[in-house]
Amino acid sequence: MTFPADLKYTSDHEWVRIDQDIVTVGITSYAAELLGDVVYIEIPPPGTRVAKDSPCGEIESTKAVSDIFSPVDGVIVEVNELATTDPSIVNRDPYDQGWLYRATLESITSLLSPSQYAALTGDPA
Amino acid sequence: MSSSLTTEPSNELRRSPLHDLHRSLGASFTEFAGWWMPLRYRSEIEEHHAVRRAAGIFDLSHMGEVEVFGSRAGEALDRSVVGAPSRLDVGQARYTMICDDSAGVVDDLVIYRLSNERFLVVPNAANTSIVARVLNEQAGKAAVVEDTTSSWALIALQGPESSTIMNSVTSYPLNTLSYYSVVFARIAATNVLLARTGYTGEDGFEIYCRPSDARAIWMRIAERGTSLGLRPAGLACRDTLRLEAGMPLYGSELTRDVNPVDAGLGRLVVPDKPGGFVGDEALAVQQTDKSRRVLVGLTGQGRRSPRCGYRLFDVESAQEVGRITSGALSPTLGHPIAMAYVNRELSTPGTQLVADVRGEGQTVVVTRTPFYRRPPVPETSTAVDPGGQA
Repeated sequence: MTFPADLKYTSDHEWVRIDQDIVTVGITSYAAELLGDVVYIEIPPPGTRVAKDSPCGEIESTKAVSDIFSPVDGVIVEVNELATTDPSIVNRDPYDQGWLYRATLESITSLLSPSQYAALTGDPA
Repeated sequence: MSSSLTTEPSNELRRSPLHDLHRSLGASFTEFAGWWMPLRYRSEIEEHHAVRRAAGIFDLSHMGEVEVFGSRAGEALDRSVVGAPSRLDVGQARYTMICDDSAGVVDDLVIYRLSNERFLVVPNAANTSIVARVLNEQAGKAAVVEDTTSSWALIALQGPESSTIMNSVTSYPLNTLSYYSVVFARIAATNVLLARTGYTGEDGFEIYCRPSDARAIWMRIAERGTSLGLRPAGLACRDTLRLEAGMPLYGSELTRDVNPVDAGLGRLVVPDKPGGFVGDEALAVQQTDKSRRVLVGLTGQGRRSPRCGYRLFDVESAQEVGRITSGALSPTLGHPIAMAYVNRELSTPGTQLVADVRGEGQTVVVTRTPFYRRPPVPETSTAVDPGGQA
């Protein structure tokens, strides 16, 4: 499994795109595959304060419920309504149309490079 | 995302004879009762829809097989299970249960009568050893009991197109094979046991074959079925299919804490057997106890389903009244469905309850099962669906 080179990753199986003081967050293709078909996503509305490494939402598949963690201290500025209304987009296109939310970046958790994350998933980098 | 997810199998796990084929099909695997089995190939929701709309092919080689031989094999089985296998005709199958002395369910299983003196018992994978032990105890010297699980592979073909597909791979006249019956037949130049049984709520077949023949049979069915919409289907969709069909799962709805009547399957119990059966006295006492919880179906709204272990509350008193045993967003119906044990006075269809869905109260309504019933097809048997097993 390959992971886009222009993104950073967390040990919680999320990807992060940093654009100055805003981060875009989604789950990785590895996580999407392990979850199976995603049927429900809950993310708090814009304006909600989120805390680094703490749960800020949940993602539910046919078989399992998982927390979505925030990689940053900050405030949610945008939620991907396509993902919350049609959660299967996360399985089909996790890195592009399947992004979950954007938040302001005040402080950020330690991030992994694509090869570091690949190693975490057990794939040879 | 939780980081406890893993794809690493333990080497202790048993593999199906079709394991390499599943890998080549891109399956994701899961541990199930000591086996490493296909969970899904691509999307479990698409696999679910394929079984409802066309057909799915499943590898169920993890299921146990225990054979009982001898002129008194039927009597031994009658003492072991709540039903009366001795009364089956050759070629008939029956869904039944084994109870313990307290009438708790030890396993649910299907029994096929293969000849006058040979029965095939199919327990859940996790319960094969205990079922073999109970049957041995009850058989004594009257019958021979043998765990033949490693001698059999099991492939299921399920869905509205399954009889068309099966017709193209066997010369056996399927119009004479009614629901819950079994015959010896030939598929892909191999000898198989062909049963019209399943655990999806659809018409379908289960093919018991030699492990070394499983690949040829699977490939032949796939070759003939793919153009009709057949897909390989994993255990993930098997669970949502059986739940929609209102079929209990051992370990979820069925445990030693419940008896067959609690689970709504009192019709399986044959009380007038001359030798009785394990648990019969306890069951007779428990059947008059109106304080016991009973299994009900529940439907919810939205897309967020109550799941196994979630608590249920009475709307008015806010008292806890039960726990969810299984729950999922129904792929076919588009809303949450679940099963739970609740106090008898709350078991009437239409009763509203509140499920605690991770801290949020969700109104659920007691609903008759099955949640989904397949549209009637004239040429299939009209036999009442006897339930199923995992």
